[in-house]
Amino acid sequence: MGKIILKKVNKSFGATQVIPGIDLTIEDGEFVVFVGPSGCGKSTLLRLIAGLEDTTSGSIEIDGRDVTGEAPARRGLAMVFQSYALYPHMSVRNNIAFPLKMAKMDQAAIDKKVTDAARVLNLTNYLDRRPGQLSGGQRQRVAIGRAIVREPSAFLFDEPLSNLDAALRGTMRLEISELHHQLKTTMIYVTHDQVEAMTMADKIVVLNAGNIEQVGSPLDLYNKPDNLFVAGFIGSPRMNFVKGEAAKPWNAPTVGIRPEHLKLSKESGTWKGLVGVAEHLGSDTFLHVNAEGIGMMTVRAGGDFPVTHGDTVYLTPEEGRIHRFDDKGLAIR
Amino acid sequence: MARAVSTRRTVVFTIAAWIIALIIFFPILYTIITSFKSETEAIQGFNIVPSGTVESYQAVQAQSNYFKFFLNSVILSLGSTLLALLIAVPAAWSMAFSPTAKTKDILMWMLSTKMMPAVAVLVPIYLLFRDFGLLDSRIGLTVMLTMINLPIVIWMLYTYFREIPGEILEAARMDGASLWGEIVYVLTPMAVPGIASTMLLNIILAWNEAFWTIRLTTTNAAPLTAFIASFSSPQGLFWAKLSAASTLAIAPILIMGWFSQKQLVRGLTFGAVK
Repeated sequence: MGKIILKKVNKSFGATQVIPGIDLTIEDGEFVVFVGPSGCGKSTLLRLIAGLEDTTSGSIEIDGRDVTGEAPARRGLAMVFQSYALYPHMSVRNNIAFPLKMAKMDQAAIDKKVTDAARVLNLTNYLDRRPGQLSGGQRQRVAIGRAIVREPSAFLFDEPLSNLDAALRGTMRLEISELHHQLKTTMIYVTHDQVEAMTMADKIVVLNAGNIEQVGSPLDLYNKPDNLFVAGFIGSPRMNFVKGEAAKPWNAPTVGIRPEHLKLSKESGTWKGLVGVAEHLGSDTFLHVNAEGIGMMTVRAGGDFPVTHGDTVYLTPEEGRIHRFDDKGLAIR
Repeated sequence: MARAVSTRRTVVFTIAAWIIALIIFFPILYTIITSFKSETEAIQGFNIVPSGTVESYQAVQAQSNYFKFFLNSVILSLGSTLLALLIAVPAAWSMAFSPTAKTKDILMWMLSTKMMPAVAVLVPIYLLFRDFGLLDSRIGLTVMLTMINLPIVIWMLYTYFREIPGEILEAARMDGASLWGEIVYVLTPMAVPGIASTMLLNIILAWNEAFWTIRLTTTNAAPLTAFIASFSSPQGLFWAKLSAASTLAIAPILIMGWFSQKQLVRGLTFGAVK
């Protein structure tokens, strides 16, 4: 079990309020991702749940038990850190066994659990090495191993992949998702990478300046962003925002159109523009177009679209895919 | 960084390094050479081949009991090192792991006490020692050596502890370690190399300290530094005896330093390269 409920959780460091009061429910077995720009309070929120920071006010409940004042070890959670935080003086075996040893489990049971975890994580051949002798991906697996042997009620991941290179990040992302399907344990995952959030989460919590901007499934956030912040943060490349005169036809101060929802033509369309940089990726072409009366817009053309710097193109937004926002930046539905 | 270095360059650098090392080491070497000369040989000018006599050593031992001074040196340097660690470990620990806004200032203030020439406080310290009956006592001198080396010990330990990532301690806390478990299984094993090299350096510093040990002792608590100094007195200078005394005084620390050089180098360069 691992249902976590945050009630009006508030955190201040001295006079600085980092988290002004958050209410959030995380269901048992959910994969929840906290995403937001750096400094938005997502790591602090995770550390509050872990118990590594004291809550200034409000309460945290795990499976119906108020753990606000409890020590980290007594919350039944396991955490994987960005720096892996392995014990450098212990072998991989002892690193994984450490939480069990602290729980005073008997040696035979510890050995069995460590062997099982090592098999699941492909670490069997490395059990007697020190963390310093492992690659980044292997270290990350040891950190995960140390977390799973405890059978915690929830896993907390604090930007676990940001120290890995792009290729390894992709692989580890799949491994963690696969692990979640196997274990079916609640996972809370902090990242600033919206791709990780979109691909892994059951539920995404978008944070900005300590506030929750929106909570929802990846596609909810993509299709129905509540406000300009979420609209701009979720989706890659970023949503284009059209303001003022150009937004008039849709009867809103600001409208947003995603790069993939703009039709591209060399003959005619709603907006005329000059092609700036064109990024040809093979599967996609991203054009940065300077549209008349609007400014720079990003357009995605599927496959290959033969244009070069300085060509004239026409852009037409797909009706029904246009997001309207009011003066305060909130979505008009 | 791997960089291809030609054999010729390696040879040139090796020879240069040996020459520089020899120049630096030469005074000590010449002291040792002189100690194996007779007094007449010693004043006859520069000569690096001694006759090999041990009469200076015999004279030195006959004149004053080396082992008494040696014992005092051991007691003072070990005692002051242990005392310093006892104070410095918790101090550095708290400054490294729960720093406050004033931590940096406190560290600088401690270091600033080392910038003052010792002679500036000679009179007040001497008077205090006299009034508390600490002159020529091992306890008084141990305290004195602890005080003068404490800033360096705290600074060294502080840099060591700072290198232990806070996340590892947090991981231990998440893994269910109590404060005691955290100290025994995680902190101490990681800090041992740092504490060990700090200890070695402090023993050396205390062993070689001459200003206070000579001024605050006469006979009972006098360590080897005072033993050397006692051979440059009333009857004039006896170079061979002085050299024999110096050799005897530095030999133990030189041997200790030789065996622990790996630890020492690591200690002194710690934190230089991350």
